[in-house]
Amino acid sequence: MHIELRDQPFQPLAELAMYQAGLDERLAGQYGAAAIFIGTMRDFNDGDTVRRMTLEHYPGMTERQLQRLVETAFRDWPLLDALVMHRVGTVHPNDPIVLVAVWSVHRAAAFAACRFIMEALKSTAPFWKREETVTGSRWVEHNTAGFLESAPPD
Amino acid sequence: MVVHVKYFASLRDRLGRAGDELETVAGLTVADVWAALHSATPLPPNTLVAVNLEYAELTQSVRDGDEVAFFPPVTGG
Repeated sequence: MHIELRDQPFQPLAELAMYQAGLDERLAGQYGAAAIFIGTMRDFNDGDTVRRMTLEHYPGMTERQLQRLVETAFRDWPLLDALVMHRVGTVHPNDPIVLVAVWSVHRAAAFAACRFIMEALKSTAPFWKREETVTGSRWVEHNTAGFLESAPPD
Repeated sequence: MVVHVKYFASLRDRLGRAGDELETVAGLTVADVWAALHSATPLPPNTLVAVNLEYAELTQSVRDGDEVAFFPPVTGG
């Protein structure tokens, strides 16, 4: 399991390839499914063009919350490994913001755990976005609806 | 006792500072900490609270040396 905050742009697919190469030294042949989510910055929001964004966080609490929710996923699904990376600082359109990847024996656990980690991150990890638009800057007040809002479990 | 208070994001901007140090008597809750520092400003609805880096309720008791944080709904990912 690896959780990391990055204050500079990162390449999720390159990170993923590197991480999986390390993981294969331990787990090659054991996992049958990897589920991956990559979140990327858009250049529009609420009808406005967004030039850049600042991602603020609560140092210490962010890492602790991410650790906790990944541990929850490991408890609730049979996972073999997980990787979470998240940007902080100044982000530009098309920059990756978040990478969540999980490895499991079968796809059901991989899909479900990846989705759980992403949704739990969105609703509990202490990050805040401030957008710079052509007319000034503004805090993003709420997230768009995700899986938890649109289709509650059970 | 002393309580270390932090504010984040839009709440920090609204208050004009990133935190406060509160010297106070023992036996306060998180809600009491806010009231002691911001008697003229009600806690904005939807404000989230953490004590020592863990989510907490407004009714939670605060101890000497605790770090209490107030912040708006989170918007990462």
